[in-house]
Amino acid sequence: MASNDVAQGAAGKPGFWGWLNKRLPVEAFWRSQASAYYAPKNFNVWYFFGSLALMVLVMQLVTGIFLTMFYKVGEASAFDSVEFIMREVNYGWLLRYLHAVGASAFFVVVYLHMYRALMYGSYKAPRELLWLFGMFIYLALMAEAFMGYVLPWGNMSYWAAQVIINLFSTIPVIGGGLVEWIRGDYGVADATLNRFFSLHVVAVPLILLLLVVLHLVALHEVGSNNPDGVEIKENKGADGHPVDGIPFHPYYTVKDIFGVGVFLLLFAVVVFFVPTFNNLFLEEANFEPANPLSTPDPIAPSWYFTPFYAILRAVPSQRIGALLLLLAVLSFFFLPWLDRSPVKSVRYRGLWFKGFLALFTVSFLMLMYLGLKPATGVYVTLARVFSVGYFAFFWLMPWYSKWDQVKPVPKRVTFHA
Amino acid sequence: MRKIALLALTLSSPLLAPLAAHAEGGPALPAVVEEWHAGNDVGNRSSLQRGARNFVAYCLPCHSMKYVRWSRVGEDLKIPPALLEKQLLPAGAKAADYVQSSLRPEDAVAFFGKEPPDLSLIARSRGVDKVYRFLKAFYADPSKATGANNIILDSPAMPAVLSSLEGVKGAVYKNVEVTVDGKTTTEKQFDHFETLAPGQLKEEEFDGFVRDTVNFLDYAGEPAQVDRRSIGVWVVLFLLVFTWFALLLKKEYWKDVH
Repeated sequence: MASNDVAQGAAGKPGFWGWLNKRLPVEAFWRSQASAYYAPKNFNVWYFFGSLALMVLVMQLVTGIFLTMFYKVGEASAFDSVEFIMREVNYGWLLRYLHAVGASAFFVVVYLHMYRALMYGSYKAPRELLWLFGMFIYLALMAEAFMGYVLPWGNMSYWAAQVIINLFSTIPVIGGGLVEWIRGDYGVADATLNRFFSLHVVAVPLILLLLVVLHLVALHEVGSNNPDGVEIKENKGADGHPVDGIPFHPYYTVKDIFGVGVFLLLFAVVVFFVPTFNNLFLEEANFEPANPLSTPDPIAPSWYFTPFYAILRAVPSQRIGALLLLLAVLSFFFLPWLDRSPVKSVRYRGLWFKGFLALFTVSFLMLMYLGLKPATGVYVTLARVFSVGYFAFFWLMPWYSKWDQVKPVPKRVTFHA
Repeated sequence: MRKIALLALTLSSPLLAPLAAHAEGGPALPAVVEEWHAGNDVGNRSSLQRGARNFVAYCLPCHSMKYVRWSRVGEDLKIPPALLEKQLLPAGAKAADYVQSSLRPEDAVAFFGKEPPDLSLIARSRGVDKVYRFLKAFYADPSKATGANNIILDSPAMPAVLSSLEGVKGAVYKNVEVTVDGKTTTEKQFDHFETLAPGQLKEEEFDGFVRDTVNFLDYAGEPAQVDRRSIGVWVVLFLLVFTWFALLLKKEYWKDVH
C-alpha cells in the first residue's frame, strides 16, 4: 500500500519527525485522511454542513467545559448559578450564549446536513452504515439537547422535562415504573436534575464523540457521495487516484475555512445581537425559576423538536401519538432499504421522487411551525395532513422510487471551474 | 456572492416560518393597550439613571433584585460611589450588597397576600412591553382591596403605586354583542380609560417615567447587554475581514482545479 511506503518514508526521516513517526504514524495518518484522501471536486454549498457540525461540536465541548466550572447542579442552586454566570463571571454571558445558541446552531447545520443526504441519495449503498452512524449521532444529539435544556432549571426546563419524560408512561405495563426510574423520584426533582447533568456532561458527549469518529471512519472508507451521485472511485486515472477527485487537503480545508467564516458571521450576529432569537433559542418562560405550581402557557419544546411534537399532538390517543413520534424519528434509519431507485441524486431522478421530496420538505417545515402553535382547531387538522405527508415520503418510497422515470447518470461529475 | 446568499438563505429558511409564527401568540389585548410599546433604549445612560432613581423610590420599598449588586449598577450607569451611596443605597446597605427590599416576606404576605416577585429578571421573563403596559394599565376599582385593578392582569396584589404621578383613571366599558353557537349575548368590553383625578405628571411625562423605569429593569435583566452589542460590532467586522481573506485563499488554491 502507498500509505505504508509513506509511513516508511516519514519514519526514515532524520530528527524528531522521524523519531516520532517510527513510534506513531502521524504523517501516514495525515496523508491517508487529508492530504492524499480524495474527495469529489464538485461539492456544492450543501457540503459545508458536515465540517460545520464538527466545528459546532468542538465549540459546544469547549464552552461546556467552562460553563461546568461555574454551574452548580441542584434544585436550589442551578437557576441562581446560571444568573451568576450571566452577571458575575467574566464573559460568562458570552459562554452561556455561545452554548445556548450553539445548541440551536447544531440542529440547523445537522438538519441541513441530513437534507443534503436526502437530496443526493447519500444514504444509499455503499453508505448505509455511514448513514446509520449519522442517525445515531442525531439521536444522541436530541438526548444531549433535551437534557442540557433542563439544566438551567427555569420553568420551561422543568415543564419540558415533565412532558418529555411522561411520554415513556405510554408504554404498556412498564411505563409507570420506567418513568419513576428515569426521574429518580415521583416527580421531576433534584434527583432528575443531577442525573441529567451527569448524562449531559459525561455520558452523552462520550457517546457522541465515539459516534462521530465512527461516522468519519466510515465516510473515509467508502468516500464521499456528491451532487451527481456518481462514484468517483469507479473512474481512476493512471496515478491510481479518482479523476474527479481532489485531495481533501488543501482544497477542501481552505474551502471549509471559508464556510466556517460565513457560518460564524451569521452565528455571531445571533449571539451578540439577538441571542434569544425572538423566544426561539431562549424562551421568556425560562427566565423564571422552575415552579411545579405554575405551568407556562403554552408548553412548547425547542424549535428543533417541534416537528415531532406536532405529530405527537395530532393524534387524540397519547399512546399512538408517542408511537408515531418514535416512528417519525426512526423512519430515517430505514431510508437505505426503502429507496429502490437505481440513481442516487435528485438531479437524475424523476417527478415521483421530486414530488415526494417536496412534500416532505413542506410537511417538515409546516410541522415545525405547527408544533409551536396551540393544538386546537385548524392547527390540529393541518398537523394531521402534514403528518401524513411526512410519513408518505418514507413509507411509500419502495413504490414511488421504483416507478420513477430516472434520467441517465453521466460517467463523470458535473463541474464548472 | 450568489453562493453566499444561497448559504444565508438555506441557513435561515427553516427558521423563518416558526419565527414569524411565534410573534403572534398570546391573548388579545384591548386596542388601546396594544398600542403601548416600551420603546426603551438600554444604550441611553441618562434614561437608565432616571430609571434607577424611579426604581429606588417606587419599586424597592416592596421588590428586591437579588441578582443585582448596587456597585455594578453604579459602575454600569456611571454613578459616582459617593452619589450612589447618597441617592440610591438604602440606609445600612453597602455598595457590594445585592439590591434588597426592606419589606420582610412575612409582612408582604400579611399586607398583600403574597410575596412581591423579584424584579431581577422581570423584563426578560415577561418582555419589556408587558411590564410597560402593566405599569400604565391600572384603573380605579372600589370593589378591590387595593382600590385598583389592572387591564393586563386582573386583580393584581400590587396596588396602583404610581397613581400620585399618573393620576387616577377609570375604565370605560362598551356593550358588545357576542355570538357563540348561534346565541347572541351582550357583553361588557373594555373600551378606553378616562381621567378621574389628575396626577403630578402630564401624560407624556408619565410615559417617560414608566419608559425610564422599564429601561432600568431591562438593563437589570441582562447587565452585560450593552457590552454585548458593542463587542458584537467588532466581532462581526473581524469575521467579515476573515471571511473575505478565506474566500481569496480558497480561490487561489482552486485555480488549478479543472
